[in-house]
Amino acid sequence: MSKKQFFSLAIMATLLIGGTAWAQEAAPAAAPKGADLSFFVYTVLAAGFGMAIAAFGCGLGQGMAVKGAVEGTARNPEAGGKITVTMLIGLAMIESLAIYALVVALILLYAYPMAPRIATFIGLPA
Amino acid sequence: MEHPFLYITWIMEQLGIGVHFAHTYPHVTGAWVVTGILTLFAVMGATSVKLVPGGAQNVLEVVVTSIEDFFAEITGEHGRFLFPLLASYFLFIFLSNMIGLVPGFFSPTANMNTTLALALITFTVTHVVGLKTHGIKYAKHFMGSIWWLTPLFLIIEIISHIARILSLTFRLFGNIVAEDLVLMILILLAGWFLAPLPMLVLFLFADFVQAFIFTLLSAMYFAGALEHAH
Repeated sequence: MSKKQFFSLAIMATLLIGGTAWAQEAAPAAAPKGADLSFFVYTVLAAGFGMAIAAFGCGLGQGMAVKGAVEGTARNPEAGGKITVTMLIGLAMIESLAIYALVVALILLYAYPMAPRIATFIGLPA
Repeated sequence: MEHPFLYITWIMEQLGIGVHFAHTYPHVTGAWVVTGILTLFAVMGATSVKLVPGGAQNVLEVVVTSIEDFFAEITGEHGRFLFPLLASYFLFIFLSNMIGLVPGFFSPTANMNTTLALALITFTVTHVVGLKTHGIKYAKHFMGSIWWLTPLFLIIEIISHIARILSLTFRLFGNIVAEDLVLMILILLAGWFLAPLPMLVLFLFADFVQAFIFTLLSAMYFAGALEHAH
């Protein structure tokens, strides 16, 4: 490869490797000694994964709904209006399941009622 | 999540009345704004009704007749008396959802209290309409077709009625809160590049769909209470 490519690659590698080393230094300074933060780590993980799995299922379901609607319209273009309305209703129903998962994720992240009590229990100041 | 600058809160601060109320309950003040706008539209179009409509009266006629015909088809002709409630649902929810997209206003439906109130209205009206139409025979709706399956069916029906309230509440609340959050994050990340604009188009569509779905589901529940049991 040319000199320019080699140097840009070298700079990127230095920043990436050095960057991870710098990140390691900064993280443990935030929590006070002896506080086991794994509860909060798992909560955030659960919120993220929960919404992702719900979006996965919702995508499959809505894809099947649209497939049926498009096939129906292709067979019978005159009924296109009614089929589209029915499809939109079905899509909103399916989407509401993903919205339930989103509400649970938001509750976990922003409004989990036990969080302050657990924080004082494990020894955090808040 | 703190609430940003809201016009109504600012006005109430300037006037010096109910400042704590405006800070803690932005959804109530937002609902005042929505009600005010709807009343303004109604007053503009419906005072001095002319035989040959023009302007605002024309628009109102189109809106009212299309909503009435659509929902009369779902509830049946004997359900036409429910049209004012359904049209109020649709217009209130649609305008409430959309007003959150305007910077400086807060969607009343972005708070679970508003959506829960609307869902409870649907629940109450379903049962009141069913009792008024059928009298004591309304209980046959909860008993199912085969007589010895009645205990199981009763439990399932009761749970399904309670699930209706929850699903109506959370569907509307979740959609509008998600919309507000996405707008907030996009403005935070890339506001100078007008990043929220394509999302605003999607959210306008989603607002209409959510208002329509809420009203449609309420109409279907009313139709289920009005019809004869199996």
